[in-house]
Order: sequence, then C-alpha cells, then structure tokens
Amino acid sequence: MLIGHFTEQPWQDNTTGLMGTQSLDLSISNGVYDPQVGAKLYNRYLDEKIYADQIGFDALMLNEHHSTPFCMQGVTNVGASILARETKQAKIIILGNILPIWDDPLWLAEQLAMIDMISYGRLVSGFVRGGGRESVSHNAPPHFNRERFEEAHDFIIKAWTTPGPFRWEGKHYHYRYVNPWARPLQQPHPPIWIPSTVSVETVKWTARHRYPLVLLATKLEPTKEAFQLYHDTAAEEGYESGTQNVAYLWKVHVDETEELAEAAGRKYLSGVSNPFLAGNEGAVNPAIMNLPGHTSRTSRKLAATAFGPAGRFGTNRRPYEDQVNDYTIISGTPKTILPKIRHVLEYIRPGSVFFWDGDGAMTHEDQMRSLRLMGEEVIPAVREMGKELELFSPFEVDPATGKPITAEAGAPQPATDSPTP
Amino acid sequence: MATTSVPWTEELVEAAGSKLHIIKGGTGQPLLLLHDELGHPGWLHYHTALAQHYTLYIPLHPGCGQSDHLDWVMNMRDLAFWYLDALDELGLGQVPVLGGSLGGWLAAEMAAMCPQQFKRLVLVGAMGVRPPAGEIFDMFLVVSREYLRASFTDPASTPEAQQLYGSDPTPEQTEAWESARELASLLGWRPYMHNPSLPHVLRRLRELPTLIVWGRQDGIVPLSAGEAYHRAIPGSQLVVLDRCGHRPEIEQADEFVRVVREFLQD
Repeated sequence: MLIGHFTEQPWQDNTTGLMGTQSLDLSISNGVYDPQVGAKLYNRYLDEKIYADQIGFDALMLNEHHSTPFCMQGVTNVGASILARETKQAKIIILGNILPIWDDPLWLAEQLAMIDMISYGRLVSGFVRGGGRESVSHNAPPHFNRERFEEAHDFIIKAWTTPGPFRWEGKHYHYRYVNPWARPLQQPHPPIWIPSTVSVETVKWTARHRYPLVLLATKLEPTKEAFQLYHDTAAEEGYESGTQNVAYLWKVHVDETEELAEAAGRKYLSGVSNPFLAGNEGAVNPAIMNLPGHTSRTSRKLAATAFGPAGRFGTNRRPYEDQVNDYTIISGTPKTILPKIRHVLEYIRPGSVFFWDGDGAMTHEDQMRSLRLMGEEVIPAVREMGKELELFSPFEVDPATGKPITAEAGAPQPATDSPTP
Repeated sequence: MATTSVPWTEELVEAAGSKLHIIKGGTGQPLLLLHDELGHPGWLHYHTALAQHYTLYIPLHPGCGQSDHLDWVMNMRDLAFWYLDALDELGLGQVPVLGGSLGGWLAAEMAAMCPQQFKRLVLVGAMGVRPPAGEIFDMFLVVSREYLRASFTDPASTPEAQQLYGSDPTPEQTEAWESARELASLLGWRPYMHNPSLPHVLRRLRELPTLIVWGRQDGIVPLSAGEAYHRAIPGSQLVVLDRCGHRPEIEQADEFVRVVREFLQD
C-alpha cells in the first residue's frame, strides 16, 4: 500500500470575501490577488509537504489548475522541483501535467527528466487532459484536447526512451531536432499514473496502457464502478489488473479531539469554491464545462450511464453530515477514523490512497496537527491494513504484468546517496 | 414579405470525397447560402422570401447534420479549399453566395481563393477579419442560448427569434448547435474567429460585386469589422441596418431581403 498526501493549495484570505461563498468558475479577477498573501501561502504549503515527507507519507501528490483561487499551483513542476530537492523519501506524484495545453511538450519532457534526476528517481509523472478552465486559460484548442493529450503523451515517452536526435512530424506537434540533454533517472521512464473523475474514455485508455488510475474524490459507489470498468478493460486487453492498478484520493483529516476534528472537517466546505470539493463547488460555469469536443458527446452519454445522471459528485453542495455519512469526508481522532478508512479500503480495494487534507479554510495549525497524528498513528495502522487486505501499490506489484517488484529491480536510488558538496 | 410556403428538400450527395448534406428549395437561379457557427437554424422567413426568386442551396458544413466530418481540415482555409472542390462537383457553375457570420468568413475565403467561382458575394455580419475597434464576442465563454441573446438587439420583440429560441432548445437544436460549435472551435479557436492574412488577400475581389450587410448594433462582430471588409474589398457596398444586431436575416428580415434582392438583381 502507498499512502500519499494532497492539498489543492487553495487561496485563503480575510479580505476578498471569496472564502465560504459560492463563486462562479472563471469569474474572479486577479485584481484582488495580494502577492504578500500568496508568498506566505506558497511557503506554508511547501512547509507542510516537507513535513509530510518527514513524518512518513510515502507520496506527495501535486496538481495544477489555472486562473482560479481554489488551486494556487498554476505550474505543478515548480512545486515538484522544489520538493525534489527539499524532501528525501516520498514519491513526488504529479497528477498531473495538463498535456493538451502544452504547445511544446519537449520542454515538459525536459522538466520532468530534471525533476526525476534531482529527486533521485522519485517522480511519478501523471498526465491529464484538463478541464475547460485550463483550455480557456491557456487558449488550448478544446476540439483537439484528446488528440493533443495522446500525441503529447506518445511524444514524451519517445523523447524519454529513444536516443536522439530524432524528428517528430505529428498532427499537432512538430520537431526537427529532438535530443534533450536530460534523461529521466528511472528507466525506461518515470511511472505514469492517470487521474480521472468521470471520463469513461480516460478510464479505458488508462487500462489499455496499463497505467495506474487515480479516482479523484468521487463517491464510493461510482469509484467502485470505475475501478471495475478498468479491470474489465484490462481483461479485454488480456492482462489481469489488481489493486496495484487503482488508487483513490479522498478527504481524510485526523485531529487531537473529536471537537477539533469536526471543526477542521467542516472547513473543507468553507474555503474558496472548488468544483472538485463537494459541498463548496461554487457555481459551475456550464459554458466552460462543455467546450466543443472537450468531452465527446458519446463519452458524456457513457459517463451518465456509468456514474449516474447526477455526475461525478452526485448532488451538488452536499452538506458536511452527508459526506461524513457516505465516507467521502473522514475526520476524527485516530481511533474513530481508522475503522472508516478500513471500510473504504475494503469496499473499493485501492492499492494506493491519498489523503486530501489541509484544504478549504483549514489553517496551517489544523494541517500540522493532522500531519503529526498521521505520522504517529494513522499511517502505520493503515499500512498494516494494506498488508492484511493484500492491497499492493504499483511499487510492490507491477501494474503492467501483475508480478511482484523486487527491491533490487524496482527501488530507486535513495537520496542519501547523493554527493554533498 | 412573401410568406407563401416553399417546399424544401434535403439530400445527401457525394462531393469532394465525402458526404455532404444539402437543404434545397425554391425556383430560379441557384443561390448558395453558407450557415453560421450555430448551424442551419431551419427554414426561415427570409429563406421563403428569397426562394421565390432563387433556388437556395444550403449545405450543412462538414461535421454538421449528416455531412461527414473531415479529419484533415485544420483551419478555415482548408475548409474553403474543400468547399471549392465540392462546388466543382456539384456543378452549379458560377453562383452567387451569401454567408452570415462564420459562413461569411468561409464565403470570403473561398471568394479570395477563386473569385471567378462566384457571380456575387454577400457578407452578413461576417467573421474573419479582426475588428479594428472592439472584439468578436467569445461564443465559447457562454452557452448557446446566451450567445443567441447577444445576437439580437431585442430578441423579445423579434417574433421569429422568439419562435426559434424563446423556449428550451429541442434535442435537434442542441445537436445542431453542438456540432456547429465543434466546427467553429476548430476553425476559430485561435486566433479567435479571424484570419490575420484575410484582409490582405481580399483585394482579389475587385471584379466580384460584393455586398456587405451589417446590423448597426451587432453585438457579436462589431460594425468596425464590416467597415474593414468594406475597405479591403475594392468596389464593395456596405449597407448598415438600424435597430439590428448580428442576425439581420431574422431581426430585419424584410429590409434584409429587399437589400439582398436588389443587389442580386443589379
């Protein structure tokens, strides 16, 4: 089992009135952005990630969004680069870089190779298609979203694995000299994981590529269905997938008392609006949710069948209590949350989990209390559950072959081997 | 305006290597109509009026209706080339062409490539040229109904707009809008709905009689773009309709038909 930490790195302030109100996606001017606040928050979130590495998380999950306060990290590779150097043990799992918005994916291949080397092989390079918000923000053609995703993916793999120079004359990308002076440390290339919320096409594509699939804060039942779709697709492809192929991110916070835990848990719903954060999704902008060709019309119909007409999060603005009842928020003391985590593990059987914490309106202190208790009590206990339930991460069992990974073959070089000046 | 109902038909023809869905109706010489970024809206009053004198050919652009999607078409110029090829095969000969909004951009590109293909050119609130003042309204930041509201000066007092767009869209309308928007995104995502080189090649239209019709209150493509077209096309006429937005053929249908007929008869 792999246990990771995640936060969207939300904007927080006391002056703009953005906290706890339902704002419309892509409607907030950055005229209200105070870089003094931004500087503190960036450093706070880095401090928390570094602490998460120190107290024993196996992985630090990073992501990126654009033109929105709910995720301050507009360039996930910046965060990953810093953590590559400042942390020592945890995998750096980027979920993910938004391929279709890159007009120059060679540059991305170089950045990721550098991060992989600087971290001594701790990079997991996730790729995503991005939402309409991202296409609009970087003016990436939505009608080619999937084609650009697939071509950029193929190109990056080739740039990582094929000695240059070579040429690339594709439909969307064209290079006369591909020969980056940076190659990933992990061979043949860093693991690729694919996060998803709703797209049936993405689930199937991921299974066909034998990449681990990470479901992002979906309800348990559709998560289970998506995992099943993955396993069925794998079977069609002629291989047997298992827990190593599926991962789950959801909201888990631990605290010193039940009172503190409830107060902090409710803060998931009282930060800036976040379409991925149930209970505080804000007003969905229907135009950018349905950009032409972004999600094929066929896929939208399939998604409705697979996940239900209410979509990925079910009913919008679900109250805190509802989310506690259906396990999509777990917040409590170690004693109360461990049985709930176990229920989730037993029900959907992911080989990797990410605890989404320190988000919404949670303070640095809220997050640090949780991280400390995660390290002292939760992570060790969940690790035992993983063993007992035979939940294996992609670093224990190869998601492509189903075979165990030996320490000799699969373990990256420890950072402590790095030469010091 | 004449409102005698005119029967129209539709057919699927082979043209330039793919299937093209064409709406056809009327009597007289052919008149080619190129639809806009929300697709063919159905047979309207102005169709009926023009069909008294012309046989209207309304092709549904690739990917719209039952017309094949063309995977190799990456921009407006590709589409214009394909359409010229298709026109060769349709055997209409030299025809007058009328295009509105995105259809106007298409007509302008085709005409600049091959002026002798056309008898006359009518551009209505055409995209394609970057407005010297103002911006082309971004259709992708709003849903179609909001875009339509912005397309009319006063949709509430335009009966045909009310009839077409006053209530929830039918599944057929939604499908038509979505497929046309996909094409529009392909053709006009960036640069947004214009081709920077187009104004420089429009000089080729010096021998082609060209009418430019614009609503003075056009909220989608500002009138300054119409004036830019007018400057770029030697000898063109610019007619600006008052109390009129982006869809003169609906909002000022009688005046629109009168102006267009007068021009086509000259």
